[in-house]
Amino acid sequence: MVWSFISRTRGRDRFDVTDWLTWGYLIFGIALMFGPVLWVAMSSFKTEAALSEYPPSFLPLAPQTAMVKGYDKPLPLYEITGGEHKGEVLAQIRRIGLNAQMVDPQNPGERINVKIGDRTPKREFAMAWGNYTKLFQRFDFMRYFWNSVFITVVATIITVIFNSMAAFALAKYKFRGRTTVFVLIIATLMIPPTINLVPIYLVVNELGLVNTPWGVIWPAVATPTGVFLLRQYMLTIPDDLLDAARMDHASEWRVYWRIVLPLAAPAIAVLVIFSVMWRWNEFLWPLIVLTRSEEFTLQLALNAFQGDLQTSWSGILAMTVLTLLPITIVFALLQKNITAGIAQSGVK
Amino acid sequence: MAVVELQNLVKDYAGFRAIHGVDLTIDDGEFCVFVGPSGCGKSTLLRMIAGLESITGGELRIDGTRVNEQRAAERGLAMVFQTYALYPHMTVRENLAFGLENIKTPKDEIKKRVDDAARMLQIEEHLTRRPKQLSGGQRQRVAIGRAVVREPKVFLFDEPLSNLDAELRVVMRGEISQLHRRLGNTMIYVTHDQVEAMTMADKIVVLKAGLIQQVGSPLDLYNRPANQFVAGFIGSPRMNFMQMTVAEIRNDAILLKDDEGRSFEAAVSPEGVAAGDTVTVGVRPEHLEIGTERGRPVTVETIEQLGGESYLYCQDQSGRPITVHLSGQTRIKAGEEAKVFLPAEAVHVFKEDGAALERLRIGEAA
Amino acid sequence: MFQPLNSAAQLGYRTVFNLFEWPMARAQRLVGIRRVAWLFLLPNLLIFGLFTFLPIILNVFYATTGSDAILLSQRPYVGAENFSSLLSCTDYLDPNSCRRDVFWRAVYNTGWFVVLQVGFMVLFSLITALILNRDIPLKGFFRGVFFYPVLLSPVVVALIWKWILQRYGVFNAGLEGMGFASVDWLTDADWAFFWIIFVSIWAHMGFYTLILLAGLQSIPSDVYEAAEMDGASRWRVFAKITMPLLMPTMVVVLVLSLIRAVQAFDEIFVLTGGGPGSATTLILQYIYETGFASRPQLFGLAAAASILMAVVLLVLTLLQLRATRSQAEG
Repeated sequence: MVWSFISRTRGRDRFDVTDWLTWGYLIFGIALMFGPVLWVAMSSFKTEAALSEYPPSFLPLAPQTAMVKGYDKPLPLYEITGGEHKGEVLAQIRRIGLNAQMVDPQNPGERINVKIGDRTPKREFAMAWGNYTKLFQRFDFMRYFWNSVFITVVATIITVIFNSMAAFALAKYKFRGRTTVFVLIIATLMIPPTINLVPIYLVVNELGLVNTPWGVIWPAVATPTGVFLLRQYMLTIPDDLLDAARMDHASEWRVYWRIVLPLAAPAIAVLVIFSVMWRWNEFLWPLIVLTRSEEFTLQLALNAFQGDLQTSWSGILAMTVLTLLPITIVFALLQKNITAGIAQSGVK
Repeated sequence: MAVVELQNLVKDYAGFRAIHGVDLTIDDGEFCVFVGPSGCGKSTLLRMIAGLESITGGELRIDGTRVNEQRAAERGLAMVFQTYALYPHMTVRENLAFGLENIKTPKDEIKKRVDDAARMLQIEEHLTRRPKQLSGGQRQRVAIGRAVVREPKVFLFDEPLSNLDAELRVVMRGEISQLHRRLGNTMIYVTHDQVEAMTMADKIVVLKAGLIQQVGSPLDLYNRPANQFVAGFIGSPRMNFMQMTVAEIRNDAILLKDDEGRSFEAAVSPEGVAAGDTVTVGVRPEHLEIGTERGRPVTVETIEQLGGESYLYCQDQSGRPITVHLSGQTRIKAGEEAKVFLPAEAVHVFKEDGAALERLRIGEAA
Repeated sequence: MFQPLNSAAQLGYRTVFNLFEWPMARAQRLVGIRRVAWLFLLPNLLIFGLFTFLPIILNVFYATTGSDAILLSQRPYVGAENFSSLLSCTDYLDPNSCRRDVFWRAVYNTGWFVVLQVGFMVLFSLITALILNRDIPLKGFFRGVFFYPVLLSPVVVALIWKWILQRYGVFNAGLEGMGFASVDWLTDADWAFFWIIFVSIWAHMGFYTLILLAGLQSIPSDVYEAAEMDGASRWRVFAKITMPLLMPTMVVVLVLSLIRAVQAFDEIFVLTGGGPGSATTLILQYIYETGFASRPQLFGLAAAASILMAVVLLVLTLLQLRATRSQAEG
């Protein structure tokens, strides 16, 4: 059953060498594309001690402990690898030089001396949630998260409204200068913001937007990609529909908002997905505009953390996972729409 | 030259059986048409013969050799696709030569064969063009040419005319028939258009839901449809059907009675029916007689006068639609009452399972 | 659960409508229905003007003025000084002989990066697309697998690989486990350059795979069937049917990835910081550091470098336009 599923090949029933290569490549692909993310996710649940372990273990492991009668604190458990107690599991009370004073948890009365080389710590699977709680307690994770969400949501709403208005004008009105405007907008595709960093910074600075989320939001809301995408879609909406609404005494704004926008929903969905992706992942421009740490987006905070020698990997890893989580969830839910939208429009 | 034999051919798609054990022999040099409504499996059957679809069960033989496991190209067939499937980036010449290049035919041989085929199909002046620059009919010719140059044992056509306009379709129909006469190859042709089937075929195979309904010459199918489905599918306009009861069995005919109690004779073999059975009676529109003297009273609802022929769409007293086809023109007007007579020799009778009773006096009525 | 969210969205939608309806209706009466299109264009054009067209002009002013002042009125005119400073070299093949040696290192790094990254990425994207175009089960899932990293933010991508490639990371552990010596990947100049190419291919190839896959899928299947009937071998089908018909898409992919590669910055900046030394510093990082990260902020030099980069991008974009046009005609 499974075999016939895997060996399904075009028209032919034979499973030949190209099929083996195909499956080899695909499995290698899964490992290469998901593996690193999975590894980081696993690592983010390790304690600081487990993180510095080399070679590392795949699963997050922590020393196992047990409560032993007569002792207030839980004692770490060890497996004895040599000497007369070989094979037993004992709890360590304290270390004295090269020997460890240990006790059998089943028989707390008797103390046993073991050489420290004859024992290895017993470990168990344990998620170090502390890495995550620490983010919320010691770092201002929620603030960065909120900054990112604010910029993403507000910028996306403005982008959709501005772009769809422009697209509506270009798709559904005949006026002098229409072609000029359209060409002008498409031409800006050729001027990526990276070549205008200095003067855009001046404009943002003059408007007093440095170190505010608006300094990140405004410069990139008028995307030529969005205008183009929506215009092409709106061209397919029949003019008769608009004229029918006008016959019913609808104002142009009403025609746009109540007729054209709802009908353009599929194209708008694509733009929303793009915009969210752009904004959530944006890095260079926020890096320039936002210099005060309380205004940082998640991406900036992550970058600042990893450059800060005081910060440990455990915090960075947990924060990395929290940053990739929303996009991963959205992708898992909307995988088909996203890939289809991108394949159709050829933009990212 | 080739004989194509299908023996209990079966095709399954993930739990769905598309072809239910087809047995068929297509003789050498025969023009065989698969016809049926869409989804009947006729294209699937053709693609199984071509080697584009795997065969689930049964055996396919070409000239006595089992070819189930052979790849498409090894079977010595050529196919003309519904969408032409011309290579869009190649010139017409390259399109025609591609198949020959694949089998490493010498260059001058390729050139000769391509030129011959182009001359035959009158596409010589287009050899340097790309498919995009050609009209529908020209593309069709190139697609046929691509099959011709390979000098295959069998030609396969998958609804080749369905993308052409009506006028061009008639022209190309004639050309394909002519091609068949000239080359004499075995040809298998798939269509959903019964007119194409009737005009081109030596042998028609009527398919429905993956099953052969009837195999025969065009006139066989017209005169002796094996069941109600074939009777309804072959012939235009469609045969009139009405439910009746068998009143009396005679030697060389049966007496039928309709809902209103009128009885009349049908010249069919009574084998397999008994008095009291419900049957379906079918009469072709062109075999009905319309007048004022004898037959069933009807109201004429609509008339289409084409000059050379007329179609009358009537309704009988029970509201059943009856179509009458007359050659020439008629004086009857829409809304008038008239009487329609069913000649005994023209009546088809189908049992409850749809199978036809044998007709005994074919052609005597005319 | 979605019910209140849904009604809130609807309420918002209606509120925005009501908010703008009256002023827009007034404006419509004011300008007339013929010119109402300009009202709809206004916000977008305003943003374009402010953040795209105006900066293009300002860029020239910055490039021709000096000092570290941001306000143009406080900047003295220096003519082509910034350009000549960037371009002054005794030997253009040796960055050390240049006045702005880091700029030239960045230029050479970018050149190598563009060639290698684009070359290998397009190759791997093509292979992946061809494999995904086969008749395999779970096609959508596998397409998603290769596309997933495209959605990750550059910072996340860089941190993931930094964690894997660090001195005591899992990659070195694996190598040692197999008996190889471990390497400090990101502090060795050559290896660091290899890894920035590797990581940026890893992060972006899914996008190009998707476009190539769409190109492959737009080749009608009956053409392949005709080729099968024509007895073409697999290799001939690939060389004579698939590749020629995929060519227009290939050109678009090539030019698009070239334009992106010239502007590469994010992942690399976080992964290596441009180091060790300036071994992985690319041109955009040079612009960023000259204009913003280091003191004094040399806006003029940064603007001049941007203009030079813009010239390269312009050439590439014109190539793309020609490519898309020939694709539309093809």
